[in-house]
Amino acid sequence: MTQNNAAEHNHDIHRDDVGSKMGMWLFLITELLLFGGLFLVYAVYRFTFPEQFSLAAMELNTTVGTLNTIILLTSSLTVALSIAALQKKNKFLSVIFLVLTEIFALEFMVNKYFEWSAKISHGIYPGSEELLNRSDGEILFFGLYYTMTGIHGLHVIIGMVLLFIMMILIIKNKITSDNLISLENSGLYWHLVDLIWIFLFPLFYLIN
Amino acid sequence: MANENETVLAEKSFLEEGTTKKATGIASWIFSTDHKRIGILYLASISIFFLVGATLGVLMRLELIAPGRTIMDAQTYNQAFTLHGVIMIFLFIIPGIPAVFGNFFLPIQIGAKDVAFPRLNLLSWWIYLIGAIIALVAIVSPGGAADTGWTFYIPYSVRTGTNVSTAIMAAFILGFSSMLTGINFVTTVHRMRAPGMKWFRLPLFIWSTYATAWIQIIATPIIAITIVLVILERLFGVGVFDPSIGGDPILYQHLFWIYSHPAVYIMILPAMGIVSEIIPTFSRRTIFGYKAIAMSSLAIAFVGYLVWAHHMFTSGMSETALVVFSLLTFLVALPSGVKVFNWIATMYKGSIDPKPPFLWVMNFIVLFSIGGLTGLVLGSLATDIHLHDTYFVVAHFHYVMFGGTGTIFFAALYYWFPKMFGKMYNMKIASFSAAMFFISFNLLYFPKFILGYQGMPRRYYDYLPQFTDLQVISTVGSWFMFVTILLIFGNLIYSLFKGKKASSNPWGGVTLDWHIASPPPLENFDEIPTVTHDPYDFSQLKEMEYDSK
Amino acid sequence: MENSETKHINGYGVYIVVWVGLLVLTSLTVSVAGINLEQYTLFIALTIAAVKSYLVITIFMHIKFDDPIFKLFIIVSILTLFVIFVLTFIDYSFR
Repeated sequence: MTQNNAAEHNHDIHRDDVGSKMGMWLFLITELLLFGGLFLVYAVYRFTFPEQFSLAAMELNTTVGTLNTIILLTSSLTVALSIAALQKKNKFLSVIFLVLTEIFALEFMVNKYFEWSAKISHGIYPGSEELLNRSDGEILFFGLYYTMTGIHGLHVIIGMVLLFIMMILIIKNKITSDNLISLENSGLYWHLVDLIWIFLFPLFYLIN
Repeated sequence: MANENETVLAEKSFLEEGTTKKATGIASWIFSTDHKRIGILYLASISIFFLVGATLGVLMRLELIAPGRTIMDAQTYNQAFTLHGVIMIFLFIIPGIPAVFGNFFLPIQIGAKDVAFPRLNLLSWWIYLIGAIIALVAIVSPGGAADTGWTFYIPYSVRTGTNVSTAIMAAFILGFSSMLTGINFVTTVHRMRAPGMKWFRLPLFIWSTYATAWIQIIATPIIAITIVLVILERLFGVGVFDPSIGGDPILYQHLFWIYSHPAVYIMILPAMGIVSEIIPTFSRRTIFGYKAIAMSSLAIAFVGYLVWAHHMFTSGMSETALVVFSLLTFLVALPSGVKVFNWIATMYKGSIDPKPPFLWVMNFIVLFSIGGLTGLVLGSLATDIHLHDTYFVVAHFHYVMFGGTGTIFFAALYYWFPKMFGKMYNMKIASFSAAMFFISFNLLYFPKFILGYQGMPRRYYDYLPQFTDLQVISTVGSWFMFVTILLIFGNLIYSLFKGKKASSNPWGGVTLDWHIASPPPLENFDEIPTVTHDPYDFSQLKEMEYDSK
Repeated sequence: MENSETKHINGYGVYIVVWVGLLVLTSLTVSVAGINLEQYTLFIALTIAAVKSYLVITIFMHIKFDDPIFKLFIIVSILTLFVIFVLTFIDYSFR
């Protein structure tokens, strides 16, 4: 072997898309377990306070919840379509679908904002007098509501940033039809965000 | 294996060649994506924190040499044992062997040039460092170091004014380092094995590191979310564990131990993997029951998720839970037993070479067995009720964690130091340290079994006069232990600079790590090897250069 | 390890069909919530959610067409989570 220096060695770094995807899935598994822990807490307290959870859930707006569910499911569609478009070498369509995804995501967050501010203006938030006057089960319900939708919302924002970066990279031709593993992985992250909501929705909005 | 034409050019090692623009200097280390340099970065940082944790231990023992106040007040003592636990567990034992030896040797033993995600690997170390710094910040910032014990039980962890949020935030960040390492290792083992390196040709260190990586991936998020919930409770009064609003403090304990029990398997599995490397090499025989040992690693990883509530027998759980978890706890002893029997069978009629790594493994087998057997005592409901939260528990976990993982951390250092640094250490001092360690360890910890059995509670600042004699013995043991530790590190650090040059195979090992130069070149192999032998096939020695003595 | 696997590319149609299915399941779960089914409400809601998840994971996330090892990873993880739930409830169900 000749006297290669470090810079030349870097050219040997091989590309392994399957490995890259594997790493992403393993990361998603950590997210699954993270939210799994929250769902466990929810399950224990719903089991302990079934009627009070039911009572508290009635204060959530099922229409907004359903709307948000549809928005997120559709955003999953547009992300998948974006990847398919790029695979078919349609760069323009791919970016359009990502833009649509971002719009849906933004709508979701706006809805969430209105939901939360409505609750907060009614005095229902962790530690508030209004909330602490209610039954234990209701207090726990709302504590979990804010915590779980809050952490979920954080992941939506992270997903939005991620997809925005992907958009830029596609436009700049750093992601192409031959090299789109980053877009696929970002899509996977977005689908996870959708998956979590698929469970959050019935557990918080559809208790009865 | 070198080409005739190239004998003139001395191959540069990874210490002289790096992945950054300049191959030497601090920047070439802290920005390196070379798994070997990253392993050494971890070694340096982990060793420093180990010494800090050990010093805290010595100070605690000094306080406990007599009843009443000796060198600190009760509040400080609570902070001392909390810090000792947090540092030893999150900064030393959990990252310990995977971060140092997993990073350095996983790619080499599977025949790869590096891990699957080298930059993520560097990030993992940086995250570790940031978490460690935040843990230190938690000590010095106003409010003072946390005083809750490393387990941060509700409700005290929510009510105390000390820096709990900062301390557990540090643990949260350290958890990310662990998860990313796990992700890297699983992907590496699946995707980067050399041609011919089938799953059942992998060295057992790889099997155990792989199983460990899965625990890091699946279990760590649970402690992450638990930490978030405690911080939310402290900051916003979310109240998920608050009994005054219907929350259940026992749920906190469940969530905490759902991670922290599998965490002890993160600690011990890699150590057991290294035992499976050292015993064949120093018995000059292939391992007995390779497949059984490989499968037992996976079994331990899985069963480890089923037993967590044996830490909670006195907490107030349902009786059914008590019985179920006690039963499941006995199950996990089985795959561990498989390993111990197979190790002993390997040594039987082997050609034993009592070099320091082997002596340290002998330490391990005795100390870990004592720890493991006393675990059964604690796993039995009836005896646990009496022994829970006493010194018996403290003795048990020090035997398994320090006598188990800690001992193998040293064994691995003695085994792989020549490979990593290309230098030999003083073997007489190393052997002497092994003996001194065994004596110090038992002086320090064995009395605690008796104290616990006699009723001495753990985490107590003060104690009844009848416990004094055994406490004194334990404290004296801590002094011997501290000197031993200094001897170990002193020998190795001295040898780093002044040690004799090491050959590529000082011990006569046959796994891929012993086929390459000491220290290894930047990309580990001149050419990726094609593997045709079983991992512990010592007939390979006929074609290898090694120090035969 | 060379990337010689032929990439399976879904047409747009597959995704749209799945999306419609997801919307149908969503409206199903909302309408079922209106009916009082006592102890079965939760079970049905979770089952529908599980079916939706299955569709998202296998088609949108491409698991159906990827290397089988991914299926194994997911199954092992979900199984572990399930075991954790069951064991925790052995405490709470019998208090």
